[in-house]
This record gives sequence, structure tokens and C-alpha cells, in this order.
Amino acid sequence: MPAFRVLPRLDRDNRFFWTSGADGWLRFLKCNACDTFVHPPQPVCPACLSDSVAPAAVAGTGVVHSFTVNHQKWHPGMTVPFVIARIAIDGAPGVILTSNVMGCDPADVDIDDPVRVVFEQHDEVYVPLFEKTA
Amino acid sequence: MSARDAYVTGIGQSQVGMRIERHPMLLTVDAIKEALDDAGLAIGDIDGVASYPGKAAQPPGFSPVGSEELIDALRIKARWYTAGFEIMAQLGSVIDAAGAIATGRARHVLCFRTVYEAAAAARPQDYPPARGGAAEGFMQWMMPFDAYSPANWTAQYAMRHIKKYGLTREQLAQIAITDRAHAALNPRALVREPITMDDYMGARMISDPLCLYDCDRYTDASTVLILSAGDALGDVKSTPIRLAASAYAVDRHSWDQAELMASYATGAELWRSTDYRPKDVDTVQLYDGFSFQAITWLEGLGFCRLGEGGDFIDGGHRIALDGELPMNTFGGQIGAGRLHGFGFAHEAVVQLRGQGGTRQIAGDPRVAVATSGGGPLATALLLARD
Repeated sequence: MPAFRVLPRLDRDNRFFWTSGADGWLRFLKCNACDTFVHPPQPVCPACLSDSVAPAAVAGTGVVHSFTVNHQKWHPGMTVPFVIARIAIDGAPGVILTSNVMGCDPADVDIDDPVRVVFEQHDEVYVPLFEKTA
Repeated sequence: MSARDAYVTGIGQSQVGMRIERHPMLLTVDAIKEALDDAGLAIGDIDGVASYPGKAAQPPGFSPVGSEELIDALRIKARWYTAGFEIMAQLGSVIDAAGAIATGRARHVLCFRTVYEAAAAARPQDYPPARGGAAEGFMQWMMPFDAYSPANWTAQYAMRHIKKYGLTREQLAQIAITDRAHAALNPRALVREPITMDDYMGARMISDPLCLYDCDRYTDASTVLILSAGDALGDVKSTPIRLAASAYAVDRHSWDQAELMASYATGAELWRSTDYRPKDVDTVQLYDGFSFQAITWLEGLGFCRLGEGGDFIDGGHRIALDGELPMNTFGGQIGAGRLHGFGFAHEAVVQLRGQGGTRQIAGDPRVAVATSGGGPLATALLLARD
């Protein structure tokens, strides 16, 4: 049973993203016309204004762009400390995903650390979390 | 002076505290009365109202009084008003008010920000918190990862600065230490006890590298600025302070997709809007809801280069009251309370008029910068006494 998380409300724009982990792949919108990645999801490419954008799988790896070790219990059930990090997604230039780096001592996380996605399932939602790669 | 230029002609502030009993509308009226007296105006002279972010039930006490309610409560004969979350941060309401003056929509605009978060937390029966639910909009990219607070979002910008440019905790501490030293000289400051480097280093961590003293705290207060048209200055008795320039700009409107906070693009934009230069500025009042944000403003406004903010404030001498660039002379939000942006503009006017009392900076200050906002939110105002 995974820990409590506030989950996203699924809608026409974000459903593909939050359910993407069902088959083990992390996906972001990508422009069919110019290959620009679109995140957060919008039905338009910011580079060429094409409306032909569609989810595209990425490798699921990335690097820590920045991070913080959170020590404050923002609600009583929260287990601290834990790492919140901005992950620069490999293969998707310009895309950052705020997430958590799990499975290691928070003191062992640093900028530029390589990480890999792991999904935590909450019914139909697959929350993309990250672990350090060897 | 130009008829369509905007001048701050009145400033006011209510009592500032935590868990204040007085009704938030009355705190607002207290600040309005002080500002009207300051300007020598009557409520009947006011024909415009601007606020941020307008009346909102959530978060509790975040904005208990809005423009529309105020207009009716005081029977203001408004010809123009605004308020909303989607304006250019807290002091963006002042930029909008200047626009209303420039287009002839108003002659005397009452700009206000009332906060009541400490009181609301103590009175959940009157200000009930929202029941937990699913995350929507941009919060869906934060809440599922327990990144609940802007402290977490700001901390990641600060950590990148530390790793990339070598900002130290001792340097970062100078924001809080300076704020608290200045707040000790401000009779209305929320916290009036100075802190030492040892206090800072011993404080508990909130979100690394931000410790308890790097964060402002819930405050109950109202702050008011009256903005008047250049051709209406004959109505007022105060020393008018001209809004010489204002700015907002952003690379990405996002808390996590941008390399830098909007303070950088906004700072650069400010100097494109005026012939004044950073060397002309006598004092800066820089948003510090979280201490690191003030460093981004110092760099973004060009008082030092990107990455050099830590060295700039090292030791704290440069930003002290008697330093070359006195900063947050009223205590900032960390010392004076979470007045949410408006406190910075209020203090810029106090200093430019020479009304700072024991915290008044020396010399004959003519030009000040006041800012609001962090992350993608940003407003910069350049204020001048002609």
C-alpha cells in the first residue's frame, strides 16, 4: 500500500500523462510537425503552433536539475525528510518534471545525478517517481 | 510633470500582527483612513480601486477583502477598478492603476492588499479550510510529489544557485539577519527581535537550504497606496512620489520549467523602460517571502551579475541601513510580516519622503526600487521623488 498522495484530477489534457505508466512508459506530448516537446500538456505546439501534438514515449531516464530535502510536515501523516527534485527528462529537450527521488538516503542526492523513472500505482493513476541509477 | 503620470500620494497601514480580532474589512479601512489623511484626500475623492488578488475564500485569510466589496462597503464612486489572481503579481495591481490613470479612467486610485491568514487559521469556524481533493491546474505538477509549499519550489531555485554559483548558507543568512535588524527599528514590524548568525545556523530546516528564518509567516494586516494623476496633485498635501517606471516580464510562466525566476526578465525589462540606471538607486525594497527571492531580485535588477548575489551580500554590510544599497529597511516580509508585496512599495515611499525615523537612510534619497513576487510572479516599480 503506497503512502498517501494528493492525486491529480484527470481531464482531457492530462489523462494520457498520469495513466501512461500502465505499460511502463513515461510519455510527454510531442509535436508531429516539428518534434518539440510540449509540457505541461496543451493541445498546441509552442514552437510552430501546430495542433498536431500526441503523446510520445521517452526512455524514462533523466538527470537531477535541482532538488531540495523537505523537512517540514505539511500534513500530519507526512514522513520526513524526503527529496523533491526537478528532473530534466532525457530525450525531451527543455522538459522538467518535478518529482521525488526515492530509494536512497536524501543526503546522497545531488544535481546532475542520473535517475530512472519508477511508477507508483494509485488505481488508474501511475505517479512517476525516480530512483538513482548506478 | 505629465498629467497622465502616476504618483503615490498617500500611504497607510493597519496594525500588523498575528491572530488579530479586528475584522479584515476594518483593518482595510484603518489603512485607508491613514492613507487618505496622509494625502489630504477624502474617500469621496477616490474614483478607482485596485487590489490583488481580489476576494478569495481559499486559502483561508489569503485575501478576505476584494475591490468590489470595498467599493460597496465605502460607497466609492468608482470609475475604474480591478483585482485578480491573473495580474502581474501583487504590485501588478499598482501598474494597472497607473494604466488607468494614464488612460484617464481614474484620478485617485486606492490600491490595497489585506492579509488575514494568521487570524483565519485561528478561526476555522469563520474561515474554513478547503476539504482535501484532487490537484488541478499547475498544482497537479506539485501536490502528487508532496511539494506542497512555495518553500519547496523556491528551495530548488536556491539549491541550484548554491551548486552552480557557490552561494553559501552564511551568505543567504544575511537576508534574514538584515531584515530582522531593520525590523527592530520599525514600530509596526511583526517581529522586532534581531537574530544572530548562530540563531540562523541553529534554526530547523524547512526545505533545504531554506530554514525557518528564511520564510515569512502568516500575518494579519492591510497596506494601502493611493495613486494619483499628475494633474490631480493640487488636491493633495503630501510629497508626491512618481512612479518613474514599472516592469513585468517572464520566460516561462511556470514554477519548475524555467531556469530562472521571473525576477531576472523583469529586472532587465525595468531598465529598458527608463533612463534611470541601477547606480541611481538609493534603496531597494525587494520581495523576500523566502529570503532567496531577494537575491534573485538583486541579480535580476543588475545590482550584481547572475551568480554573484552571494558575494554581493556577504557580511551584510552592503545592504545594511548604512550600506551602499540599503535593502528592506522596514524589515522585509521576514521581519515586518507577510504584507504580501505592498509593504515594499509602502517602505520605498517612506524612505523617499525621509519619514523613516530611526530607520531612515542617510543622505537625500531620490530613487527606490520596490518589487513583488517570486517564481513566475514578478513586479518591479521604480519610484522617484522629483
